Amino acid sequence: MAELVPLLKAEHLTMRFGGVVANDDITFTLQEMELRCLIGPNGAGKSTFFKTLTGQLVPTSGSIAFRGLPIAGKASHEIARMGIGIKTQVPNVFNGLSVRENIWMAVRRKATPRQQGPAVDAVLEMIRLTDYAESIVATLSHGQRQWVEIGMVLAAEPELILLDEPAAGMTDEETFHTAAIIREINQTRAIVVVEHDMEFIKQIAKRVTVFHQGRVLVEDTVDKVLADQRVRDVYLGKKVAA
Amino acid sequence: MDKRLRLALQAAGTVVAIGVIAIVPSVIELFGLMQLTLFAAMSVLALSLAFIWGYGGILSFGQTAFFGLGGYAYAIAAVNFQDSTPAILLAIVVPALFAAILGYFIFFGRISDVYLGVITLTVTLILFNSVNSTSGDAYKIGKALLGGFNGMPAVPTFNMPFDPSTVLSPEQSWWTTAYVLLGVFLLLRLLLALPAGRIIVAVRENEVRASLLGYDPRLVKCLTFILGGAIAGLAGALYVNWGAFVSPTIFSLSLSAEIIIWITVGGLGTLLGPIIGCVVIEYIVAYIGSQQLLNSNLVLGGVLVVFVLLLPKGIFPTARDLVMRLIPDKKPKTNGPVPSAAAPHPAGAE
Repeated sequence: MAELVPLLKAEHLTMRFGGVVANDDITFTLQEMELRCLIGPNGAGKSTFFKTLTGQLVPTSGSIAFRGLPIAGKASHEIARMGIGIKTQVPNVFNGLSVRENIWMAVRRKATPRQQGPAVDAVLEMIRLTDYAESIVATLSHGQRQWVEIGMVLAAEPELILLDEPAAGMTDEETFHTAAIIREINQTRAIVVVEHDMEFIKQIAKRVTVFHQGRVLVEDTVDKVLADQRVRDVYLGKKVAA
Repeated sequence: MDKRLRLALQAAGTVVAIGVIAIVPSVIELFGLMQLTLFAAMSVLALSLAFIWGYGGILSFGQTAFFGLGGYAYAIAAVNFQDSTPAILLAIVVPALFAAILGYFIFFGRISDVYLGVITLTVTLILFNSVNSTSGDAYKIGKALLGGFNGMPAVPTFNMPFDPSTVLSPEQSWWTTAYVLLGVFLLLRLLLALPAGRIIVAVRENEVRASLLGYDPRLVKCLTFILGGAIAGLAGALYVNWGAFVSPTIFSLSLSAEIIIWITVGGLGTLLGPIIGCVVIEYIVAYIGSQQLLNSNLVLGGVLVVFVLLLPKGIFPTARDLVMRLIPDKKPKTNGPVPSAAAPHPAGAE
């Protein structure tokens, strides 16, 4: 029976900010090794959902279980240690440190001092910033800083990876590279990606969950979701009977 | 600058410092030596805030709380034991414990930076007023009379470890104080080069990212704060040893503000800068104190305004950048992490 416990299970999750309901009774299940895309217009509650999953916000009500263990209300660092890594929407990097030191911070928690050097080099190679290893992150471009953050998330080797708009501000070529990396990591890990770029989603997605006004509107395969009239209406700003 | 060259420079600098400290008493007369001893003790205090503010991102407006606690802990213990050895230890342990309790509530209570400033400031005021109102025979700890506003005169100064009969001469006091300063400096340098130091700086850079990677920023900041408190306490003991006297003015707000000025002038985010800032400012203050033409607070305020406007990075980083520019064929230096611009400047701190 053990394998039937999903990797992540959120039930009746609600997050209120005063009168605003950012997440309204969300129930969301993710299996081991699954690759899921979250889409939805601005303000649909995707980033709030990610914040409650990573302990940056404590949900008003509802429960979240990671491999059957409750995590709602735990501190961010405790959840991170359990194996959830996140790339946030606004890049969260150590601006005053070098690229190498940024990646090292993530590697250090799991690797022995001897493994740390090679592990950092491998990540630098993967995010193609080997030449910039000693540069201070604040001096890099927005796209490169996105990569630094993605690199940190990968370097920490979490069991579940949350990516909030990983391709924002990237060129087509960089976006393509991101998609390739995501497919590659997905061989061994579960990933949830929030993205607006439909081309990007077509490149990677299997199942897609659509958020709208804090609720789950649809959840289905990528083809069916993109063909769904309600999803089109939501993105075009029409009123939908959910 | 590559790592080996930097290490060689640092080693050479350390050797020079050891030598200079050793020969100073034979080239400077007693008055100057006493003044230098005071500057060295104050520089240890400067390092304590340089570390927690410049590297830990914690701007404490009340570093004198720990300085004063260290001074009083030393004085009370020295009077009671008549031996400075346990007294010096207590001067480190008592402020560290106090910093642990205060830090626990501040950091684990998730109090924001602004309120951290307010709380540390208030704690300093409370300590000042409490100690200030301890006149009379009722206020004594063991044999030590606290003395209220008048303070505690004739505090035993440092003696040889575990040998109370051999009191240090002014020359030996200078060596002790200056080598402690060098030791604290090297200790912090070492700490910052170790993984622990990089984690402290990373937490200053981005607490959210640190916690999302599994580090507990509250714990990291609390430990940084405690180490800063311990160093400030040690500085307090050195200060009391210098004057053989302690009074509530050791907790004064003007001294708290002065530490911030030393660091701003010397260079935030460095260790050498605050020492330079401390010595320069203290020398100016002492010089102005010896004549009646100018008010020293006015000059201090003016110096601070000039630095914030014209040399916002401070003396040491500006000089370092200049030197790096003069050396040809070297890439601009990018090794030292710069503190974020968000670190509040103590404009108008008086």
